Amino acid sequence: MTSYPDWWKFLFGRLTLESFPYHEPILVVTFAVVLLGGLALVALITKYKLWGYLWHEWFTSVDHKKIGIMYMILGVIMLLRGFADALMMRGQQAIAFAGNEGYLPPHHYDQIFTAHGVIMIFFVAMPFVTGLMNYVVPLQIGARDVAFPFLNNFSFWMTVGGAVLIMASLFIGEFAKVGWLAYPPLSGAAYSPGVGMDYYLWGLQIAGIGTTLSGVNLIATIVKMRAPGMDMMKMPVFTWTSLCTNVLIVATFPILAATLALLTLDRYVGTNFFTNDLGGNPMMYVNLIWIWGHPEVYILILPIFGVYSEVASTFCGKRLFGYASMVYATVVITILSYLVWLHHFFTMGSGASVNSFFGITTMIISIPTGAKIFNWLFTMYRGRIRFELPMMWLLAFMITFVIGGMTGVMLAVPPADFVLHNSLFLIAHFHNVIIGGVVFGVFAGIAYWFPKAFGFKLDRFWGVLSFWFWVIGFYVAFMPLYILGLMGVTRRLSRFEDPSLQIWFVIAAMGAVLIALGIACFLIQIGVSILRREQLRDTTGDPWDGRTLEWSTSSPPPAYNFAFTPIVHDLDAWADMKKRGYTRPLAGFRPIHMPRNTGAGVIIAGLATLCGFALIWYIWWLAALSFVSVLAAVIIHTFNYDRDFHIAADEVVQAEDARTQLLARA
Amino acid sequence: MSQNQAEAQGGHHDAHHDGHDAHGAAHGSMRGYVTGFLLSVVLTAIPFWLVMNDVLSNSTLTAIVIMLFAAVQIVVHMVYFLHMNGRSEGGWTMLALIFTILIVAIALAGSLWVMYHLNTNMMPDMHRM
Repeated sequence: MTSYPDWWKFLFGRLTLESFPYHEPILVVTFAVVLLGGLALVALITKYKLWGYLWHEWFTSVDHKKIGIMYMILGVIMLLRGFADALMMRGQQAIAFAGNEGYLPPHHYDQIFTAHGVIMIFFVAMPFVTGLMNYVVPLQIGARDVAFPFLNNFSFWMTVGGAVLIMASLFIGEFAKVGWLAYPPLSGAAYSPGVGMDYYLWGLQIAGIGTTLSGVNLIATIVKMRAPGMDMMKMPVFTWTSLCTNVLIVATFPILAATLALLTLDRYVGTNFFTNDLGGNPMMYVNLIWIWGHPEVYILILPIFGVYSEVASTFCGKRLFGYASMVYATVVITILSYLVWLHHFFTMGSGASVNSFFGITTMIISIPTGAKIFNWLFTMYRGRIRFELPMMWLLAFMITFVIGGMTGVMLAVPPADFVLHNSLFLIAHFHNVIIGGVVFGVFAGIAYWFPKAFGFKLDRFWGVLSFWFWVIGFYVAFMPLYILGLMGVTRRLSRFEDPSLQIWFVIAAMGAVLIALGIACFLIQIGVSILRREQLRDTTGDPWDGRTLEWSTSSPPPAYNFAFTPIVHDLDAWADMKKRGYTRPLAGFRPIHMPRNTGAGVIIAGLATLCGFALIWYIWWLAALSFVSVLAAVIIHTFNYDRDFHIAADEVVQAEDARTQLLARA
Repeated sequence: MSQNQAEAQGGHHDAHHDGHDAHGAAHGSMRGYVTGFLLSVVLTAIPFWLVMNDVLSNSTLTAIVIMLFAAVQIVVHMVYFLHMNGRSEGGWTMLALIFTILIVAIALAGSLWVMYHLNTNMMPDMHRM
């Protein structure tokens, strides 16, 4: 390694020419593709003069609908990256047998499985869930935006900042090689001296700030901004589950932040919280990270349970069975999710009393979850079921998730867990509940609310194709892992000795290819739908004969959502309004008070990301400069008093008249 | 049609609450802030005095007493600076507080239980640490 002069070290910290992985052919090719794709995108945006449009209408927007859509786009982009990692791992494991080393060297393979987990949880599942909540919750409660519109924009850009840092690690330096939760001592300074772990820490810390703030925002929105008449037990189930999820976010993400901060101190200033010496205890990290980590999986699944509930009642044409029990089950899960974290480390050495306590609480949590499954089943019973795409995802979910739930209860039995811990059985289990639960639900939610967001339905043919590729692909990819896990194969291995195992890995790789086709069909579905948008147009605002308030406004909704705040008399407010012969008000519109767009969110989050990058590479002058700039930008923003405006009554009249004409034509 | 008019009258619900919030949030008075400040000073000064003058001679006892003062300090801050009471925000503040205390208690008690149990069962030598 060449030595660099002092001025270089001052200017660029640890960053040297060797930091760029130009000697890794896979990365060079990836970089070339990304670079060409990026340049083409920039060229297209410039050619069609879209920069101003993007900046003014999207990046700086404080409209919860646009921010929701941007979250979904972030989720799709990161899904492609995370899934590329999955394909590479499946490919490696399918060929690396009996002396064949595969095509991925261990240090690269270890980065891939770490990146896959981190990206899929923090930058795919979380943006999807947050995006759905952001888009739908204000519409469902009859509000015009979230409680803190600027904070919403800022939260989104902080999440993007974290994603940018994780993506940057692909081409500048390396990523962590420690697994998605980065247990010390492996993740400590002694065993992971490189920048990979620091990318992990700062990427998650920055994205975590965004997540926490967006949790605060949505709680305030749901508690304070419901339409008159909508008391707690008249809230749509999706809003209820969103409330519980955001309570979980606000209560747990600070624990993640604190835990990562302690590890950061260990790495940067030589403290000994999680080392093996001087009274430190790495097991404390495992304990703390799972006090966050277990509620985190409920943060992902609860809103998705809400999606399924909306889908079930809409496409069965009746009220959700057992609304009150659904709400109580959700609240009980919220509390219980804090009492089970030790089941992630039964094998760490606790005795029988601790293990059995957490084993039993884990089994108890399956009771409210099971109650939900029965509620959806009984909603379907004697319902007039329409097999539209969202309903198909619901059915696939109910079958798949029950299997995942059962294997979960198996893992909750400590003696069984001693056999299955860290095996591919565990991997199969959590992919079973996350894909079969969260991912299927996200697709159900996209298919369900897409016409609301864009004014036309998604193409059915490509959607059905995507559905079958995903569902069959899931079973082909993960059922072999259950079998391998029972045979004792552990996770995160990059090569194997026993050739008799190979066939299962080959089958799993084929499943991954099927899922890849499912993702491709999903993207084609979006493209085809845009091309066929005139045929798929929804002029009514209520294409599915929906039951909640978001279907009472136009598709896409106007910037102000509702010209008049609706008044709620019953659960399923819109179904109730339709039943009672509600007519849209056509006159008497008044100016509407709205929040104004601001670039402050992009700027502050950009500076925070720069600060993170500087800290990762030990570029101290830049870290100090960007940190001070963050503070300055925040303070300057507080002096921005030009935060709101009124949409003139004339504009409201125009928008509403246009809708009246559209409705008359339908 | 009567419902239609009711909807119309419901209008103008601002999406954006700026500045003043008229939903029953308790606002502090000068008297409240001064009381809180004085209590905080006293509750901070006493632990300092206990440590610096070695009043209790037994360090474990001193630590416990300081913890108690810290707990009281938390309550003072919540009542006088954060305006916690059973009525503000229609009871939501109190509900949030109860939930927070529950979660913190679970996390602290659970961690202590779990971590001591690990020591007991994994490495008998660790007791000496």
